[in-house]
Order: sequence, then C-alpha cells, then structure tokens
Amino acid sequence: MLGYTITQWLFGILSFLAIMFALMVVFTRNPVNSVLYLVLTFFCIAGHYLLLNAQFLAVVHIVVYAGAIMVLFLFIIMLMNLNADTEPRKHIATRLIAGTIGGMLLFVMVGALKGSEQLQLVHGGSSQIGLVKNLGKVLFSEFLFPFEIASILLLAALVGAIMIGKRDTNINSKETN
Amino acid sequence: MLNGIPINFYIMLSAVLFIIGVVGVMARRNAIIIFMCIELMLNAVNLLLVAFSTLHNDASGQVFVFFIMAVAAAEVAVGLAILSMVYRNFKTIDIDLLSRLKN
Repeated sequence: MLGYTITQWLFGILSFLAIMFALMVVFTRNPVNSVLYLVLTFFCIAGHYLLLNAQFLAVVHIVVYAGAIMVLFLFIIMLMNLNADTEPRKHIATRLIAGTIGGMLLFVMVGALKGSEQLQLVHGGSSQIGLVKNLGKVLFSEFLFPFEIASILLLAALVGAIMIGKRDTNINSKETN
Repeated sequence: MLNGIPINFYIMLSAVLFIIGVVGVMARRNAIIIFMCIELMLNAVNLLLVAFSTLHNDASGQVFVFFIMAVAAAEVAVGLAILSMVYRNFKTIDIDLLSRLKN
C-alpha cells in the first residue's frame, strides 16, 4: 500500500488519533468529555506499546490508567457535579499566550531534533523483552530495591489520601459547639 | 529503523503529546483538567521510554515505566483527595480563585 508497511500505517493512524484525542482533552469544555477523550488517548498509547513489542506493558497501561486512574477522575468529577456550565474559563489573552508558549516550545524541540541523524535499531530477539517472564526477571533482580521503595510509596500515598480525605471531626465538633 | 519506523517519529510524537499537556496546564482553570494534562505529559515520557527500550533491546526502560505508573497512581490518589477536600471547604476548584490560599 503506497510503499508503506502495515506497521507504518498503524503507527500513523494511532499517532493521529492520539494527538487528536489529546487536543480534545484540552479544548473540550465539559470535564466528563475530557476524561473520556483522555481514556481514548490512553488506548491509542497502549496500541503504540503493542507496536513496540511491549505487550505486558500495554495490558498494564490499560488496566491501571483506563481502569483505575480514569475511573477515579470520573468519580471525583461526578461527585463535584461539574459540567460545561460551571466550567471556569481563562481570559482569552491568557489562552493565546499559553498557545504561543506551547508552539514555541514545540519549535525548539523540533529544531533540536533536526540535526540528529536517525538512530539504527539493534536487531535480534527484540520481540521477547516485553513479555512478563523477561520483565519479571529484570524487575526482581536488578530493580528489587526500587520495587520495594515503590511499595512503601504506594502505602504512604494510601494512608495520606485517607487522612486528607477524611472529614475533620475536630473542626466540625467545634463549629457545632 | 524501529519496526520500520524511525525513532525520530516517536520523539516527535512524544514531544507533541507533552506540549499538548503543557498547553493544557497553562490554558485551563479547572484543577482536575490540570491533573489530567499532567497525566498526559507523564504518558508522553512513558511512550518515549518504551520506544528507546525497544530500540536498545533493553528491558530497563520498561521497568522504569512501571515505576512511573506507580508514582502517577500515588500522585493522583493524594491529589484528588486534596482536591475533594478543597472543594468541600471552598465549593470551587477554579485555580485562579484558589491561588490566594487564605480566605
């Protein structure tokens, strides 16, 4: 097909969709729609992971982001009863400045990349590293200590979120008294 | 070439996604949307890490992505707890109104 392989077609389509959905996240006024577009963006990124032979990571990405984090966002948005009518908007000048800064940042990044030559892929057995067997070996031998630190971090975040989110009974009792 | 795709394309894609996240943080006032844009930036970095992991045939990059996911999950849990607490006290999550912190 026009000299492109199926992988290249998939890369192009997934990239286009990911960028479009990411733009919709920023430009949609209704926060619920923003969350749904972000979920679609994450699915596109998971497709990229599959193209890159990171199969286990693609599954984990969908489970963690689309399954857990985005549900948390949606839950909070619906709890606060936010919609397009209550959505605050920045001044038009601020938004224009934000767009200009983003465009200039992109220009700088593209310019920095312009001079670099295309890197070559080291071939050989590359389809195996994304599997859970190989990743588990690396995770539990080379990265065992960071893994344990990550578990402590998650425990601290769990306790912290509960303590922050808990209704402060002392203040309320003082107010009622 | 990377599955027939040069690594430069992945760098471009990640840069575009990251900058969309940056613009979102600067242009929106809803604190939850800002959190979502931060997630978008983290995902752009994750994508680039996986691309270079495949390029160099090294699993370390994919393990880093695991750790980034764990940190992102912790950040979202604490951040949304703070936001729900702020909403309970101030009845708004508009960051321009919250920027004063006092009163």
